[in-house]
Amino acid sequence: MLNLFLIQALNGVQLGILLFLVAAGLTLIFGVMDLINLAHGALYMIGAYLSATLTAATGSFGLGLLLALPATLAFGLALELLVVRHLYGRDHLDQVLATFGLILILNEGVRIVWGAAPMSVPVPDALSGSVRLVGTLHYPLYRVAIIAAGLATALGLHLLVNHTRLGMRLRAGASNGPMVAALGVDIRRLFLVVFGLGAMLAGFAGAMVAPILSVDPGMGDSVLILTFVVIVIGGVGSVRGAFVAGILVGLADQLGRTFGPILLRSVMDASAASQTGRTLAPMLIYILMAAVLFFRPSGLFPARGAR
Amino acid sequence: MTALAARVTAEPPRRRAALPGAALAGLVLAALAALPVAAEAAGLPFLVVTATRMMIFGLAALSLDLVLGYGAMVSFGHAAFIGLGAYAVGILDAHGIRDLAIQAPAAALVCALFALVTGAISLRTRGVYFIMITLAFGQMAYFFMVSLAAYGGDDGLPLSGRSTLFGMRLIAGDPALFYCVLAVLTVALLTLRRVVASRFGRVLRGSRDNALRMQAIGFSPLPYRLTAYVMAGAIAGLAGVLLANQAEFVSPAYMSWQRSGELIVMVVLGGMGTLVGPVAGAAALIALEEVLAHYSDHWRLGLGVMLVAVVLLSRGGLAGLAAKLGRRA
Amino acid sequence: MTAPLLSVRNLRKSYGALKVTDDVSLDVASGELHAIIGPNGAGKTTLIHQLSGSLSSDSGSVHLAGEDVTHLSMVARVRRGLARSFQITSILDGFSVLENVALAVQARSGSSFRFFRPAAREAALNDAAVAALSRVGLADRAGRRAGSLSHGEKRQLELAVALATGARLLLLDEPLAGTGPEESAILVGLMRELKATHTIVLIEHDMDAVFALADRMSVLVYGRVIASGRPEAVRSDPAVRAAYLGEEEAA
Repeated sequence: MLNLFLIQALNGVQLGILLFLVAAGLTLIFGVMDLINLAHGALYMIGAYLSATLTAATGSFGLGLLLALPATLAFGLALELLVVRHLYGRDHLDQVLATFGLILILNEGVRIVWGAAPMSVPVPDALSGSVRLVGTLHYPLYRVAIIAAGLATALGLHLLVNHTRLGMRLRAGASNGPMVAALGVDIRRLFLVVFGLGAMLAGFAGAMVAPILSVDPGMGDSVLILTFVVIVIGGVGSVRGAFVAGILVGLADQLGRTFGPILLRSVMDASAASQTGRTLAPMLIYILMAAVLFFRPSGLFPARGAR
Repeated sequence: MTALAARVTAEPPRRRAALPGAALAGLVLAALAALPVAAEAAGLPFLVVTATRMMIFGLAALSLDLVLGYGAMVSFGHAAFIGLGAYAVGILDAHGIRDLAIQAPAAALVCALFALVTGAISLRTRGVYFIMITLAFGQMAYFFMVSLAAYGGDDGLPLSGRSTLFGMRLIAGDPALFYCVLAVLTVALLTLRRVVASRFGRVLRGSRDNALRMQAIGFSPLPYRLTAYVMAGAIAGLAGVLLANQAEFVSPAYMSWQRSGELIVMVVLGGMGTLVGPVAGAAALIALEEVLAHYSDHWRLGLGVMLVAVVLLSRGGLAGLAAKLGRRA
Repeated sequence: MTAPLLSVRNLRKSYGALKVTDDVSLDVASGELHAIIGPNGAGKTTLIHQLSGSLSSDSGSVHLAGEDVTHLSMVARVRRGLARSFQITSILDGFSVLENVALAVQARSGSSFRFFRPAAREAALNDAAVAALSRVGLADRAGRRAGSLSHGEKRQLELAVALATGARLLLLDEPLAGTGPEESAILVGLMRELKATHTIVLIEHDMDAVFALADRMSVLVYGRVIASGRPEAVRSDPAVRAAYLGEEEAA
């Protein structure tokens, strides 16, 4: 039981780290640009597809990943210059419609280019084993690598946001956008950088899960909505909030799926418990979100009030 | 939100007098009433099915208009209500309850309750938060149905047949279902027309345009917004009841978040805050879907390009474009 | 002596180290027009927000007709007879002039959870709205779209809406803001008439108007009331001359 708990907790942390990578960029885009970008999940999908293709082409996962990052960055920058740039300052409804349109385009585009069938990426040889945690308990090395890479990225992002000039502007922009513009910061370039950074982080997350999830055209949609839950819980514009909420959501989801039925078994018979548990588990994170919102309508770490 | 409100109210004042408007409505109604007969005579019975589908989504878009167009609440989870309404039919049917007299009120009630709970939480926030939270709650309902293995889960749930009304098999045929949907849509349109002009509707519209002003004269917008949200949820639930009957099948796909997005497109495309507009928008989108899907499996690409282009090319977005076209006409 | 209609005690509001409202106390007797003046940035608008309930206070109390309303929302205060107008015109542009006012009448007459009867045809609402419009001289504009009014007319409409709430106490936040001399004369005349029936707290920059209308006045500087009393007493108060009239007087 304890072993199962440990494994599921690690799975939760790993999911949480991935959600954080996608959410970190998106929460800044919301916070700094006041832009609701539904197409952010599509960037995660693009990252996964690019790394899958580049891995296959180069024969090396590391090289594929390394090439996928600048490729996703370039894709994000192009998207900003072509479409997203024209949505700043527009009504939220316009942003919803245009970025919803972008999702339709990108999802269908992926289907046209790569086909509707899922792609699979083999786990790289160097990371294919497993590590011994305690006793006989083993955990896949690749998932450990994801957690490590994610934590390293989180640390890097923390340093960037809190200890650099760019980070200072980001924080200022998230709490008071017009003021930053009034102080003469080149807002257009700042926005471009934020969007590009967000795209690259999402693409990184997509590239890293490619070996453990199937790469398919709908993969961006499901992660987008989990990311929204993370941002709502963490507070719009807060990278720290995205980290805490990401881990929280990841843990709640993974532990809930396994232990929900087990806990329910103490109050009802086994088959009903597993039935109910399986039905309720996917709802757990939404219930968590509702609870957080009920007590803190602007999230755990509000960068500014909910508007 | 205020920019949205400004756009909605910036519509040109009504140009047509009431009488020609009523005459036009009568004409449309007569044409629709004749459709099943004409389609049968022309040997195109599928037209009746398509038109029924248009009207069902018209009903759902109409209900969303109350929230989006009259309340300025950008709800991105509206398809959940369609799905819940459809599942109310499916689940009751699985237990042998096949009469609309029970199914329809049950569906409306379930949707109203879901709207009440999720609305009470979502409406504590505005702007991007509201959009994300309604989307998340819609997804919650979706996953609930996907994991509800007892009622088909991911695969959906076939009905034993179309519902009865007071024990009679009134909507077994496609033309009969068509008339039933037409009747429900007409009643809903007429009812909501009165609602938006009533005291309640006036407060709702006032809160959309300027919530602070409304507080300063003694109205807190929340109860009115929540009521509109609950009403819209219940009406969308009825659309779900009809959809389940048309397909004789219910599936979690009815409540996917893409559906919610398409409903928003229908409302904005047809004209927010006009009631009739969203119904026309629904018909247009479904017609577009049928036509584009005929030519290519990738028809959503075309819809996406169209959405992006319209928003980027028109200054005021789709609604601005609609207003501009309206002024020109 | 009767109890004051509005009684403010030790009201405070700070943003960080900045004290925007600093220990403000004042009484407004029933039937009086109490003006609050002060240089830009003195915290007048913040004070109005605190009095109307759109901004919560850090400490202190606000009593309306003896009832503690300190922790009540703006909506609850309006329902107790305290209405405000806005410095920046805040009317419903898309509604007709009549509907703007009728909505304020509707707020205090019966439930608004009525879903079928057309509100625009409710004679009781429309009659009361026309009456309020007549008092501000806008009756002939009733059918116009509010957004199409001139700036001065919009300011008049603001007053009509505040009147239509049935308030006993009107908080008027710079009703003359942005008006020309003629419009301003109309509005001053209007406020003089309103004095007969309403207690008014007036925040205004136009000193001619203030001294023409005010029964009593308070001078706010950096969030503190430095003088309070009859206009002539305030006018000659040395602290006011020093702080408010400043160098101009000294020169």
